[in-house]
Amino acid sequence: MTQAEQERRFLEKIEKEIKIEPNDWMPDEYRQTLIRQISQHAHSEIVGMLPEGNWITRAPNLRRKAVLLAKVQDEAGHGLYLYSAAETLGADREQLIDDMHTGKAKYSSIFNYPAVTWADIGTIGWLVDGAAIMNQVALCRTSYGPYARAMVKICKEESFHQRQGYESLIKLCNGTPQQKAMAQDAMNRFWWPALMMFGPSDAESTHSDQSIKWKIKRFTNDELRQSFVDATVSQAEILGLTIPDPNLKWNEARGHYDFSEINWDEFWQVVKGNGPCNKERIAARLKAKEDGLWVREAANAFAKKRAMKKSA
Amino acid sequence: MSTSEWPLWEVFIRSKQGLNHKHVGSLRAPDATLALENARDVYTRRSEGISIWVVESAHIHATDIDEAAAFFEPSDTKIYRHPTFYEVPDGVKHM
Repeated sequence: MTQAEQERRFLEKIEKEIKIEPNDWMPDEYRQTLIRQISQHAHSEIVGMLPEGNWITRAPNLRRKAVLLAKVQDEAGHGLYLYSAAETLGADREQLIDDMHTGKAKYSSIFNYPAVTWADIGTIGWLVDGAAIMNQVALCRTSYGPYARAMVKICKEESFHQRQGYESLIKLCNGTPQQKAMAQDAMNRFWWPALMMFGPSDAESTHSDQSIKWKIKRFTNDELRQSFVDATVSQAEILGLTIPDPNLKWNEARGHYDFSEINWDEFWQVVKGNGPCNKERIAARLKAKEDGLWVREAANAFAKKRAMKKSA
Repeated sequence: MSTSEWPLWEVFIRSKQGLNHKHVGSLRAPDATLALENARDVYTRRSEGISIWVVESAHIHATDIDEAAAFFEPSDTKIYRHPTFYEVPDGVKHM
């Protein structure tokens, strides 16, 4: 079959909403785009464990501690689903991880902001996981089969992440004035970084057009960002928290909330590695890889020994 | 030494008695014991299973995607294998 014929058949599948599976022919650029996006997504799940993991030993009670532990464990699982999906495209898992460590591959910028109070943990569940869900629900219909299946699993598990965060904030917002103030402070620091999670504006987004055509992405960055703002405003009202944007207001004609322009300088600074925690996060991942080396080696040695005994 | 040396395993889970084991995904592990334990931790955190199979991916043989049309052609042309192929007079019951 000629390349042109292969390509025609590929596009026909995309057109008819038939999923692309690992051994199917696909354009190189489709494969590379998916590897970049899926690995970046996997890295985000793994790095995302760091700000929350830091609070497991400091959770205010056993219930919150068990919940946080379960959530962080979920994130590790989500990272694994995604690395596996990337591997089906021929990517090498170790290489992908090393690419994150050298800064060649990115992860979500949100995790380069510190979690400095307990209210940050609730806010991360509510806003950060909320924004992630908005993005991930859309990706359940992505055109690449293994990625779509990973997303379905992740979305099922993720909704508890958002709800536990919101529940935790409800407690704080109905608590002492100090607790309420702590929640508002977390909101003030996380609102804009959460909106930045959807990526550059459509006008600036280099990969968007082709990704939409190939149905890797089903909605643009700005569309998803708008849906998130629209969904979140009333949730903030119920908490009694103020969204830190003086221009946020309902636009009857558009049927959406208007909001201020994002500080794109800050966005690009953090993407380029100059956020508050970029170096700390990468250092923590490198340390985890190095400190865990003996465990991986021991597991290998043990497996070999047992295999030898069996064959003897 | 890296986890790349750990073979890839495909994971199959029986969600409840009476149903087939179903493919749910893959993972890397140095041996079958750890593959099963990892599969439990990764794929059954919410009571999704009562039984797990792991199979080294290298041991799976599959049909060739490029030959699929020819390979499955014999079954596509035999519509008389389906009950709807046959005409039965109105009024015939229990068939």
